[in-house]
Amino acid sequence: MAHELPYIAAINEAIQLEMARDDSVLYFGQNLATTENDEFVRAFGHDRVRVTPIAETAEIGMAVGAALAGLRPVVELYMAEFMLVAMNQVVNEAPRFRYMSGGRVKVPLVLKAGYGFTAGWAGQHTGSIYGMFLGIPGLKVALPATAADAKGLMATAIRDDNPVCFLHHYLLTLEPGEVPDGEYLVPFGQAQIRRAGGDVTIVATGWMVGKALAAAASLAAEGIEAEVIDPRTLAPLDTTTILTSVQKTGHVVLVDQAPRHAAASALIAGEIAEHGFSTLKAPIRQVTGLDVTVPYSEPMEAFVLPDDTKIAAAVRQVLGTAPVPA
Amino acid sequence: MSTSNNPAELDDERLIWAFTQMLRIREFEERVKRTFEEHPGVIRGHTHLADGAEASIVGALATLRENDQLMCTYRCHGYPLVLGTDPRAMMAEIYGRTGGLCGGYGGSMHLVDPERGFMGTSGIVGQGIPQATGVAYAAQIRKRDQVVLCFFGDGASKQGAFSESLNIASLWKLPVVYVMENNSYNVITRVEQEDANAAAGEPLAVKAKAFSMPGVTVDGGDPIAVYEAVWAAVARAREGHGPTLVESKLYRLSAHGNIIAPPGVPLHFPEHEAVEVFGAAEEYEAAKRGDPVPRFRARLVTDGKLDAERADAIAAQVRDEMQAAVRYGLDSPFPEPADAVNHVYA
Repeated sequence: MAHELPYIAAINEAIQLEMARDDSVLYFGQNLATTENDEFVRAFGHDRVRVTPIAETAEIGMAVGAALAGLRPVVELYMAEFMLVAMNQVVNEAPRFRYMSGGRVKVPLVLKAGYGFTAGWAGQHTGSIYGMFLGIPGLKVALPATAADAKGLMATAIRDDNPVCFLHHYLLTLEPGEVPDGEYLVPFGQAQIRRAGGDVTIVATGWMVGKALAAAASLAAEGIEAEVIDPRTLAPLDTTTILTSVQKTGHVVLVDQAPRHAAASALIAGEIAEHGFSTLKAPIRQVTGLDVTVPYSEPMEAFVLPDDTKIAAAVRQVLGTAPVPA
Repeated sequence: MSTSNNPAELDDERLIWAFTQMLRIREFEERVKRTFEEHPGVIRGHTHLADGAEASIVGALATLRENDQLMCTYRCHGYPLVLGTDPRAMMAEIYGRTGGLCGGYGGSMHLVDPERGFMGTSGIVGQGIPQATGVAYAAQIRKRDQVVLCFFGDGASKQGAFSESLNIASLWKLPVVYVMENNSYNVITRVEQEDANAAAGEPLAVKAKAFSMPGVTVDGGDPIAVYEAVWAAVARAREGHGPTLVESKLYRLSAHGNIIAPPGVPLHFPEHEAVEVFGAAEEYEAAKRGDPVPRFRARLVTDGKLDAERADAIAAQVRDEMQAAVRYGLDSPFPEPADAVNHVYA
């Protein structure tokens, strides 16, 4: 059975279910649990649910310590950029402890943060900065695109024995979706094929999944069948599903909201170029954000971001390109 | 010992235990230092020694009970020795061998032994402070009567991580004791060059006032004085009254670390910065005269707690133990290269 929930409520449902299931799960961060009426406080009490000062290094560093001591903290960071204040804890402490100990300790924690709030939040609250958390051995990165995945990936993140950046897209916050009842886990490293098609492979995450599906719908009217793949986690990355699709279609468009030179699509392009080159019938195309700070004013903001029109144009371009000789 | 305002008396055997632990730390560090000369190339990267801090480390750790925990900095060899970690495994780790405490994955700066309550270190100044605070948060909500000691240097107290953590620990009344080992230098910078309190002639313990917690300054060269100060702080923490900042004033007898040099340049420990950088040989000589290890030995002998013969026997035993650690480290094989991909994820 399933029920309909907004994306953000699905995340909360997962945290609540995991906290009920496992009393080692904690939830703390700024501006939460400030009254006794808070639903988390009512359910789990102030030992496990606490408001913190605006002190990201302490919040994340304390999560590392609590995790070392055997607990499973979920840190509410609100905005991904706030992690930049505490980058050392995120990239140079949490993911390295286990390795440097030779496997003697583990650091199970979840850093929950929204990203990509391109709705007039200007330069410092709109970033798609997941690229900064890739290539950090020991760290996992999840980017749910639907309410169901938001629930399932959060539950998996909490049960994972490693630090996880759980990055939810701000523009999906109120997006409703069917969410499975009760315990629901979405495995990490398992991409979802959002739409099947044989002509071109489009890979997209987060808010861009909807843009890719919209592009695919308009392309279908032209007789072009796009396969839309949502990796759901970028670390680990399910290259198998992507390469299998590329083998079928021979054409690739990679969509990423991040600036081109910080985009995960570059990493995916590299994997395809190295492991799927012989199946490509045309060069890979990336549709990414431009290499600029996100501007405030609406027309400029739209200009720097990928959208369904740009994605569809890129698809037409790769399909119109002469095949690469074998 | 939980409610008394007075520390449990360290009986004669406990005093001799403390002296023995101080000797063990000193001898271990001497053997690390000598490795650079006797076995060039065996120790890589950067190594930091705790000579001069023995009294402070042992005095602080003497307050702990079995389930208590601690975290510290990259200058981390002393604490696990006192907690019972095998020095052979520690030396093998510093030598990058499979028999190492962490299998050669961490090295000198990243020792960890969670079964003994040694929860780890950070190689980045100040960053272990919130982590120890988080360990204390876990201790508080599990209600296991645990206390956490958090060690860091004077330099770390200018990091945001310090202020952020002490604020939360005081606000939440966490069972943690912050032990600042003030050795007057951060790397080659003197504390009065970078600390407003020091520049104003105040002890660094005044920082505690900003977080509404007690702050005390103690002679870190005297293990009994450190024991008493930390004991009171531990008792306070255990009773649920929250953290204390203990400033333990000591003198690092070695340089900050071995020289930083690219491969091909033999590594060694340079002269202490007082001499090498500031030309203050007299300052350093005075510190050597105040060396806490012979100072404590002399005190125990004078007080009739320990005779010279027994002191020498302990020293000989400690030398044998650390010689065995060096031998074990040198004999332990290197890891298989491909083991480098293990332990990335749990």
